[in-house]
Amino acid sequence: MKLKLKIWRQKNQNSRGGFSNYTVEASPEMSFLEMLDVLNQQLIENKEEPVAFEHDCREGICGTCSMVINGQPHGPMGLTTTCQLHMRHYKDGDTIVIEPFRANSFPVIKDLVVDRASFDRIIEAGGFISVNTGQAPDGNTIPIEQDEAKKSFDAAACIGCGACVAACPNSSAMLFTAAKVAHLGHLPQGQVEQSKRVKRMIAQMDKEGFGNCSNTYACEAECPKGISVANIAKMNRAYFSAVVSTDEK
Amino acid sequence: MTKLDAKIPEGPLSDKWRKYRSTVDLVAPNNKRKLEIIVVGTGLAGASAAATLAELGYKVKAFTFHDSPRRAHSIAAQGGINAAKNYQNDGDSVFRLFYDTIKGGDYRSREANVHRLAEVSTSIIDQCVAQGVPFAREYGGTLANRSFGGVQVSRTFYARGQTGQQLLIGAYQALSRQISLGNVKMYNRHEMLDIVKVDGKARGIIARNLVTGELERHAAHCVVLGTGGYGNVYYLSTNAMNSNVTAAWRAVRRGAYMANPCFCQIHPTCIPVSGSYQSKLTLMSESLRNDGRVWVPKSKEDVKAIRDGSKKPTDIPEEDRDYYLERKYPAFGNLVPRDVASRAAKEVCDEGRGVNKSGLAVFLDFSDAIVRYGKAEANANGLDPNDAALVKKLGTKAIEAKYGNLFEIYEKIKGDDPYKTPMTIYPAIHYTMGGLWVDYNLETTVPGLFAIGEANFSDHGANRLGASALMQGLADGYFVLPYTIGSFLSKEIKTPPISTDLDEFAKTESDVRERLMGLLNVKGDKSVESFHRELGLILWDYCGMSRNAEGLKKGRELLQKLKKEYYENVFIPGTMDEYNPELEKATRVADFFELGEMMMVDALHRNESCGGHFREEYQTEDGEALRDDENYTYVSTWEWKGDGEMAEYREPLVFENVELKTRSYK
Repeated sequence: MKLKLKIWRQKNQNSRGGFSNYTVEASPEMSFLEMLDVLNQQLIENKEEPVAFEHDCREGICGTCSMVINGQPHGPMGLTTTCQLHMRHYKDGDTIVIEPFRANSFPVIKDLVVDRASFDRIIEAGGFISVNTGQAPDGNTIPIEQDEAKKSFDAAACIGCGACVAACPNSSAMLFTAAKVAHLGHLPQGQVEQSKRVKRMIAQMDKEGFGNCSNTYACEAECPKGISVANIAKMNRAYFSAVVSTDEK
Repeated sequence: MTKLDAKIPEGPLSDKWRKYRSTVDLVAPNNKRKLEIIVVGTGLAGASAAATLAELGYKVKAFTFHDSPRRAHSIAAQGGINAAKNYQNDGDSVFRLFYDTIKGGDYRSREANVHRLAEVSTSIIDQCVAQGVPFAREYGGTLANRSFGGVQVSRTFYARGQTGQQLLIGAYQALSRQISLGNVKMYNRHEMLDIVKVDGKARGIIARNLVTGELERHAAHCVVLGTGGYGNVYYLSTNAMNSNVTAAWRAVRRGAYMANPCFCQIHPTCIPVSGSYQSKLTLMSESLRNDGRVWVPKSKEDVKAIRDGSKKPTDIPEEDRDYYLERKYPAFGNLVPRDVASRAAKEVCDEGRGVNKSGLAVFLDFSDAIVRYGKAEANANGLDPNDAALVKKLGTKAIEAKYGNLFEIYEKIKGDDPYKTPMTIYPAIHYTMGGLWVDYNLETTVPGLFAIGEANFSDHGANRLGASALMQGLADGYFVLPYTIGSFLSKEIKTPPISTDLDEFAKTESDVRERLMGLLNVKGDKSVESFHRELGLILWDYCGMSRNAEGLKKGRELLQKLKKEYYENVFIPGTMDEYNPELEKATRVADFFELGEMMMVDALHRNESCGGHFREEYQTEDGEALRDDENYTYVSTWEWKGDGEMAEYREPLVFENVELKTRSYK
């Protein structure tokens, strides 16, 4: 199949970007990124600069790939990262528009590559349990009800790709932050620091310039791991109870 | 140096580590604050080491070429992590885990290291639980286990099919905590391109800032490499696209030895190749072999019918199917170790019974498991176990609960529904048991240079058992290196901070610059990627699932020819002073060429078949691997002398606690 591509090209963070047009020959078994590999191979053969895009595991778990395809982060398929998207979902003659994740807190490095270090700083603010190596009791001394373990896992499945931010009209990082708060908060060992954690992570999120949540649920719709917006409600509850608490934490 | 001293402590096997810990030289807290450590790579091994060393009080600088430590390829491990907890009361013990690992590795690993690994395995689970890793649980809230290939107990802890992800996130969070406390300085998007040696000791690295392209000098009292394996030398593998050997290879170029480079693991259950544009292969967790049955049709007519689409796999009646693993290995059946399962798949495909167009695929079938689970569910809920439709529905649900995400991955790639039709699978390069030679302290032959996780060679012999990579990465990082590094650093407490103004740093930096400019200035016509694909094919054809002397010699020639062409005709767009992924790939592929040659030399010298190394000349009458314990019970290590010249040194393997047996899974 022959495809027309409109791809965002931007030399670096300080230069202005714009769309360039390309055509590429693809086959239905290819993955979306393999289609871009084919394009880059063509460009290199013509001594032109290939399109910079980030990718690594190519099996939907590392969270590195990040692009907006025809207006949707990670493209049209639900619960799918860009690297898991296959060309059989497109047809001959289609035009595909490819842009980077757009958010003030994700500055463009080059073409489709953005800087998501703000996510790391949110985790550094409190997305952990303070336990040094060697301090742990036997694993089975902390029984955890299956259902709670499941809820914790569902939130922990977040791959930190940033699609939630790219999808949100306010570029909010609430789903990402709430997923971490829920992952740890559903476990007894994570409850100990929960109020401190939620306050610090939210403060960092605001500091990074992410917007607020206005309940459009676009984040949940585009999340390749199906993280639920219910986590945001739970985080808000934990936040309110932490800020009105009289305990100094 | 010609003599390798593994520095294995004296005494009975089960006392070695305990005694070592009690006697190894320590560094006092006030001195730890003055000592700097560089950790390169922040996957399971690197992140856990960086976090733990920082907790102990050392000043740590950590480097990753990724945009965040959370992207490391450890994240893709699916199945689980082993530990000798014996929570299932099924007879597991530290000795049994040790024994299974030694046997699984075909008696080519070091007893003392493997026993230590088995000992610390239990602490890893405790540590991960405390960090909030959401392991699978039983109804009563206790930790759940499953079984894995090559083993007869149930000792694998798991978090659905995303165990690696959850363990890495745990280590990443521990690391993040130390970053926030100021104990670790994290350098994301930095790639190590050389080791700096001062007076023979590793004292720093040259790293390239991948965003600006700038070369940076970083100094420390010692350097730790947790930079993973080199499976991507084959181009097509289950490794992430950016996984590479450069850090380890640069260490080899600076005097570290490579051990058993030809020991590569081929994983039996991967999604088969679909076309020439293919960029990587996707693994289907080994845990699927718990419930999936591997088969091909008995007759070539059926094979032909499946290939041309006139028959579906479900049309082949039970009696016309060859469940070849169950037939050949009744004791272990579908759960034989990876090397055995891979070779058996190759064998039936070589016979012309492969089930896709290329003839390189076998079926992995869940229909029996769906019925079995469905009946159990029906019985448990007082429903009719003879109602086929109901049983299928309940069974599908049970399989979904266990393997749902794996089935989804498969469906996304192939467009087939594995609940209804069997998966097709084929072996692919997955893991490298070979790596930098290290002694019991995990120190390489360069003083002050340590290697942990997949980057070293030490624990898996010639074949790694499933769910042991996560165990080893975390064992090295959390519980081994933090002790053993004291053996070196305790002697460095009077060494002031190392200055990056030393001549050695300037010289090494200019070496790196020259190397990069050299590649950029070739200005030929072919992309890096196309060379990498060709290199991968040469290795797969001549140094892959089975090898022979003639092929290895021919492969080496082809590789040398291609390497020559690389330096004459590669084209790298852009410059050095910018974000330039093509340049990054170019240095990695250049190192893969040299490593590839070393792998072939090692494979040719090892005149036996063991684990993942199958030499066609050395097999039993029924096609099983034929080890030569008399002549090859040693670790082969290689020193790079430059331009394809290598010198070999040997570390004899002494087995005092297990008897060397022919590995039988029949």
